[in-house]
Amino acid sequence: MATPRLKALAATAASVPITLFGLVLVTFLIGRVMPIDPVLAIVGDRAPADVVAQVRLELGLDEPLYVQFWIYLGKLVQGDLGRSVMTSHTVVDDIIRFFPATMELATAAIIIAALLGIPIGVLAAVKQGSRIDHVIRVITLAGHSLPIFVLALISLLVFYATLEIAPGPGRQNILFDDMVPTITGLLTVDSLIAGEWEVFWDALAHLVQPAGVLAYFSMAYLARMTRAFMLDTLKGEFIITARAKGLSPARVIWKHAFGNIAVRLITILALAYAGLLEGAVITETVFSWPGLGQYLTISLLNADMNAVLGATLVVGVTYLAFNLLADLLYRLLDPRVR
Amino acid sequence: MDINIQNLTIDFPTAQGTSQAVRGVSMKIGREKFGIVGESGSGKSLTARSILRLLPDSAIVRADALTFDGIDVMRADESAMRAIRGRRAGLIMQDPKFSLNPVMTAGAQIEEAVRAHTKAGRREAREKAIDLLAQVQIRDPRRVADAYPHELSGGMGQRVMIAMMLAPDPELLIADEPTSALDATVQAEILRLLDNLVSSRGMALVLISHDLPLVSHFCDRVAVMYAGRVVEELKAADLAHAKHGYTRGLLECLPTLSQEKRRLNVMARDPAWLA
Amino acid sequence: MSGATAQTWRDWLLTDTPSSRRQAAWGRRYRLWRDFTANRLAMGGLVVVVVLMLASMLAPVLAPYDPGIQNLANRLARPSAAHWLGTDELGRDILSRILFGGQVTLGMVVAVVIMVAPLGLAIGCIAGYFGGTLDRVLMRVTDVFLSFPRLILALAFVAAIKPGVTSAVFAIVLTAWPPYARLARAETLTVRGTDYIAAVRLTGASSFRIILRHIVPMCIGSLVVRVTLDMSSIILTAASLGFLGMGAQPPSPEWGAMIATARRFILDQWWVPTIPGIAIFVASLAFNLLGDGLRDVLDPKQR
Repeated sequence: MATPRLKALAATAASVPITLFGLVLVTFLIGRVMPIDPVLAIVGDRAPADVVAQVRLELGLDEPLYVQFWIYLGKLVQGDLGRSVMTSHTVVDDIIRFFPATMELATAAIIIAALLGIPIGVLAAVKQGSRIDHVIRVITLAGHSLPIFVLALISLLVFYATLEIAPGPGRQNILFDDMVPTITGLLTVDSLIAGEWEVFWDALAHLVQPAGVLAYFSMAYLARMTRAFMLDTLKGEFIITARAKGLSPARVIWKHAFGNIAVRLITILALAYAGLLEGAVITETVFSWPGLGQYLTISLLNADMNAVLGATLVVGVTYLAFNLLADLLYRLLDPRVR
Repeated sequence: MDINIQNLTIDFPTAQGTSQAVRGVSMKIGREKFGIVGESGSGKSLTARSILRLLPDSAIVRADALTFDGIDVMRADESAMRAIRGRRAGLIMQDPKFSLNPVMTAGAQIEEAVRAHTKAGRREAREKAIDLLAQVQIRDPRRVADAYPHELSGGMGQRVMIAMMLAPDPELLIADEPTSALDATVQAEILRLLDNLVSSRGMALVLISHDLPLVSHFCDRVAVMYAGRVVEELKAADLAHAKHGYTRGLLECLPTLSQEKRRLNVMARDPAWLA
Repeated sequence: MSGATAQTWRDWLLTDTPSSRRQAAWGRRYRLWRDFTANRLAMGGLVVVVVLMLASMLAPVLAPYDPGIQNLANRLARPSAAHWLGTDELGRDILSRILFGGQVTLGMVVAVVIMVAPLGLAIGCIAGYFGGTLDRVLMRVTDVFLSFPRLILALAFVAAIKPGVTSAVFAIVLTAWPPYARLARAETLTVRGTDYIAAVRLTGASSFRIILRHIVPMCIGSLVVRVTLDMSSIILTAASLGFLGMGAQPPSPEWGAMIATARRFILDQWWVPTIPGIAIFVASLAFNLLGDGLRDVLDPKQR
């Protein structure tokens, strides 16, 4: 029993370095096809010719492509992603500064999405074909069809400008800037650690709106997957057994049917979390959320290529990590593959 | 305990109108061992499951009477039905591979049945479950209690299923082809076990099968179903005097050890049976 | 008379005992069509898709104004009889821009599909048919591209070349092909071992011919469903690129770019950025409904 399972695990583990290598190669190649001369971006286009040549030599740009890639890899292993022209910090420092805000946003969003999406999906499956099922189908399809920036803008219009119940863009009120020391980088957590309740409530209030907008898309996905899994499971003979035992409908649905899809849902949850990174880019741009997504789009507009590639690589690696996590969780938690 | 079914019909809506699965079945079952025999699609399982109202949602059920111990199953609310299901009547299905919950241990599934109908605590339920597993003649009940269904053989799984359904001491057990998915050697064992448990507890048994001699061996009375109707109902002992063509056909299709036959008969179906 | 003819046709199509392969095939198609039309949401999607296609193709005829003509005296006007959907920050008619924008958006979608489906199909069929090392290498490449979030890879790619419609199309193609390759490979693997492929091979047909004539046609069905469902995500990606300034560039009336330039008016003249948003939503929802309905009919297992 254990051998095939170990083999599958080993195969998964072996594929990771190869995929990772591919990821790095693709970002490297994207960086090299760009028409902007990286030397001019550094020294400015009025620099004398010998300075340009000097820098070109230092960057290894005279070498053939595979040597350049080797240099890039070597730097990467040392944690060197180059320097951002825009912020004049190293890209690694920038990422360390901006990434926690994105994680905070994505985590809040996945929590909201799971709390809403999973029960909705269960409800739709249990009431298959009913009016409520159709309503849920339209709601989730809308989630697949609405551009996230449109929802974000409408949300700002309704909750911030018209109803005035949500704070505006940004991560916190500027009055509270730098009031709590950075420990985890998650403002809600750091303010709790510091015991600053006012800062905490402010951070939470700022978080709810962008997280809610971002959550809608994962919610739609989770609800659809939950519905499909539940429909499949509710057809099972063991559901009839559970009913024949005289169990309450709630217990049949949650303990027996849902219990059977819980592991698969954890996998889906990890995939949805990875997918949130994509939505975060746009959400952060609209809500001026100082995370990796906003960093990426601002770098894009300034043609700050080191920053763009560094952020892309980090997002790619995170995405890969979550996919791997999903795979591992499935193998560990399901008694059938154990 | 008695069951009264009068003129039961079960329809399913399809794209081309409705398909009639059960077409006017009547039977009365007391505290006895009652067999329902028929080929697949004859409506025998649907008839038995209608007693517990465990039919698919799309089924359209009509009957002049459908009662369990005087309780009108057609009109009883869901909580009244739950008081019958499990507590007063259990259901055993064909293949434990599908009818046991794959992500719950055997023990947990039996404990759940115990706790659904008694005030037993967690530990008490656990003891009862192990005791039940011993009663269905499992040698190592503690190990089996901690096993997941996919770790058990078909025969073991079916014993777990029986233990689970016996947990609240029901008055009736419906066994829907309980041995069809099992190896031939295990079949007899399971049936004998079922027979012993039912007899010693004084329970009623409804045994559904496509195997006429087997049913008549274990049951007092037998109803033969064909195409959604009961074509003949008779005492198991009177099987030799069966009148209906289909019943006779079923009997004649079988090989015997006492008489030599070169070729088994093929059932000649009379369209009149459908009328 | 005509009612009777229709009845005869229906009987011919729905018979349980078709007398020719053609009759059986048309009967099957008619049944699928009947199942499909029974799904009102999917039919709604189909109608909207057709209307959108026609409206953007006929934009030069339908649009009341030139989408580029500015009228600064009448900027940010509310919807009125003269301008049904109001005017934007340069006084351009929003309705006309939406109609012409449909050309850009749907044009991008068509361009992406024309490239991505054959590309994915070719890679998947070749990997599946030849197997071995080639298969492993191709699938590894597919995995690498799948492990990027689509939008972010597209963003980086566009930024490296040059923001614009053409590079946006190429960027979306670059990120959209892997699922098609996987699908085509899976279909190819099921067909590859069959006897009729072995028979074709015995006749001396080349690998190229076998793939093109005998394997590719088997993959088309599932590919169509996948393409339809993918349309809405292509629309959204294209619009997102436009919104982030990496796709179509102003003054192009592309819907995403329109929202990007008008987003600062969301609090006061909310309809200016909202109307293109509704256009994107409607187009994307229509493709989703259509794809959902197609999948239910063509692949009932996945419901």
